[in-house]
Amino acid sequence: MTKAQQAAPVAGEELVFSRPASMVDRATHYCPGCHHGIAHRMVAELIDELGLKERTIAVSSIGCSVFLYNYIDVDAVEAPHGRAPAVATGVKRARPDKFVFTYQGDGDLASIGMAEIMHAANRGERMSVIFVNNTVYGMTGGQMAPTTLIGQKTTTCPGGRCKDTEGSPIRMSEIIAQLGGVAFCARGSLDSVKNIRQAKKYMRQAFEVQTKGQGFGFVELLAGCPTNWRVSAIAANKRITDEMIPYFPLGVYKDIEADGTCGSLIQGGE
Amino acid sequence: MAGKKERLFVKGNEAIAMGALAAGCKCFFGYPITPQNDIPEFMSKAMVDAGGEFVQAESEVAAANMLLGAGACGIRAMTSSSSPGMSLKQEAISYMAGSEIPAVIVNMNRGGPGLGDIGPSQGDYFQSTRGGGHGDYRLLVLAPSSAQEAYDMTYDAFDLAFASRNPVLILGDAIIGQMKEPITPREPKQVDPEEGADWRLIGAPNSREHRIIKSLFLMDGELAGQNRKLQAKYDAWKKMVDFETFEVKDAELVVVAYGSIGRIAKNAVRALRAKGKKVGLFRPKTLYPFPEKALEKLAKEGKRFLTIEHNLGQMVEDVRLSVRKYGDSDLFCVYPGNMPSPDDFEAPILRALGRK
Ligand SMILES: Cc1ncc(C[n+]2csc(CCOP(=O)(O)OP(=O)(O)O)c2C)c(N)n1
Repeated sequence: MTKAQQAAPVAGEELVFSRPASMVDRATHYCPGCHHGIAHRMVAELIDELGLKERTIAVSSIGCSVFLYNYIDVDAVEAPHGRAPAVATGVKRARPDKFVFTYQGDGDLASIGMAEIMHAANRGERMSVIFVNNTVYGMTGGQMAPTTLIGQKTTTCPGGRCKDTEGSPIRMSEIIAQLGGVAFCARGSLDSVKNIRQAKKYMRQAFEVQTKGQGFGFVELLAGCPTNWRVSAIAANKRITDEMIPYFPLGVYKDIEADGTCGSLIQGGE
Repeated sequence: MAGKKERLFVKGNEAIAMGALAAGCKCFFGYPITPQNDIPEFMSKAMVDAGGEFVQAESEVAAANMLLGAGACGIRAMTSSSSPGMSLKQEAISYMAGSEIPAVIVNMNRGGPGLGDIGPSQGDYFQSTRGGGHGDYRLLVLAPSSAQEAYDMTYDAFDLAFASRNPVLILGDAIIGQMKEPITPREPKQVDPEEGADWRLIGAPNSREHRIIKSLFLMDGELAGQNRKLQAKYDAWKKMVDFETFEVKDAELVVVAYGSIGRIAKNAVRALRAKGKKVGLFRPKTLYPFPEKALEKLAKEGKRFLTIEHNLGQMVEDVRLSVRKYGDSDLFCVYPGNMPSPDDFEAPILRALGRK
């Protein structure tokens, strides 16, 4: 069964929560505590709320979330590792009337795919990018990512990331916000209900700048990877709050509707 | 665009671009590299005039992936490059083959390995005919030997790509691309707006299942099933083999050469015929599928072979495999940096002819 089905309310009871219509009814392959599931749901909710389902083409990337297309009930194409923004450029140019989004991890977007994301953003491609930053290469077993924090241990920096040899974690939202074609750029987090709600608002804006034809929309989501961080799901959320957010400040970095300039000050330290 | 008997005097590169335009190409993704720059330059205007899209990508990697995206939407799209750029496109080409996305790709082969030179070469024969990227796949490979053939092959390539849901490669070289000669253009095609309607991505209406175009097949037996399907497709191409023969009927020695070298070799054969030498020419126009049966038949008739290539010897392996039951092929390789003339081929052809 791949079509989403709405649960019928039982007589006398009010249905207050259900699976979004654009979400496929199937068991998840994601690990317990992984935030990809939350981010997927937010994408599906927005597709429903904005009435985009029948005209959406999703571009899934290489990483744990390659299987995005198994969960979201829209037409989709699979891009090679890092190339989703180029594939999405081809899709959007071929079918300018469609709603096109990519969904990419930090290894995919901020390492191997750095050229593609920068240029798609700079050209102002009318697309939306959901960037899930979990500070590791999840799918391949938790290796160091370009966003791995200083001192963070991974399978390829077992002594902890060292600034002198591995460089500093890359802050993508701050970089993307500088580029001319970007209409909306923000960083949210999935560590708490409050932050999830805020992140969804950002995602809506990143979707709407596309539907309004204003430019490139980008949202970074700070996410947990308890499996590869070797911590519990609760400890992963706490780690986002305590360690990631100080280095990756939340907020809007560019919103052409608001002021046309780059927003938040970059704080946090190395 | 073209009137009935119109003749145009154009470079091979321009002929390719015009052929694509007439075939209904609507998206072009390129990146500068010699000796193919006339193609993106032509397309930068032509695509916009035709209501299509031109993107100068940030790299050949990106251009090939844009092609993947446009092809997945069922739009006639194309990219062109030359050897170093082709190396960069290979990952996307492998994905397109694996996920059965139609596209047209042009390689105006230059000398290699590495940065090589910018002159003609056939050094990318292996890369073109063996897949080129990772994994088990093939491209349909067409090798023009004139501007007209470059036009015609590109004009037909889009139909072939969509009929087989596979990338089609046009393999030319710096000679074909830069040489100027007359062509007769053909009628612009009316592309069926429903082309690819049963698989293309266009947004999933609620009335149908969503479509996924992908090359990842993790479940038990899934990839084997997919690759069997690909194999059947490649096998079915065998009936599309195409080649030119010249004076082979009573020839004792058949020269096998493709593309620009095939054209030069034809002149050498013609000159030797005038001197009474029993030589002929066999010029594959499809490099994959390779015309192995036709060559085998000639070998069975007792003919001997000389392969001439602009590389260290690549197609000769296919010639040898084709004729192996009855004989072998000699090889004359032209090194990069040389523009051979028909005269250059006479001595090696005579040597092979005399070597009983
Ligand atoms: C060209 C290429 N290099 C490497 C890989 C292997 N690979 C698959 S997923 C992945 C990393 C994904 O990490 P990330 O983008 O951070 O996403 P996550 O899995 O953490 O969600 C890598 C390196 C690949 N598929 N292709």
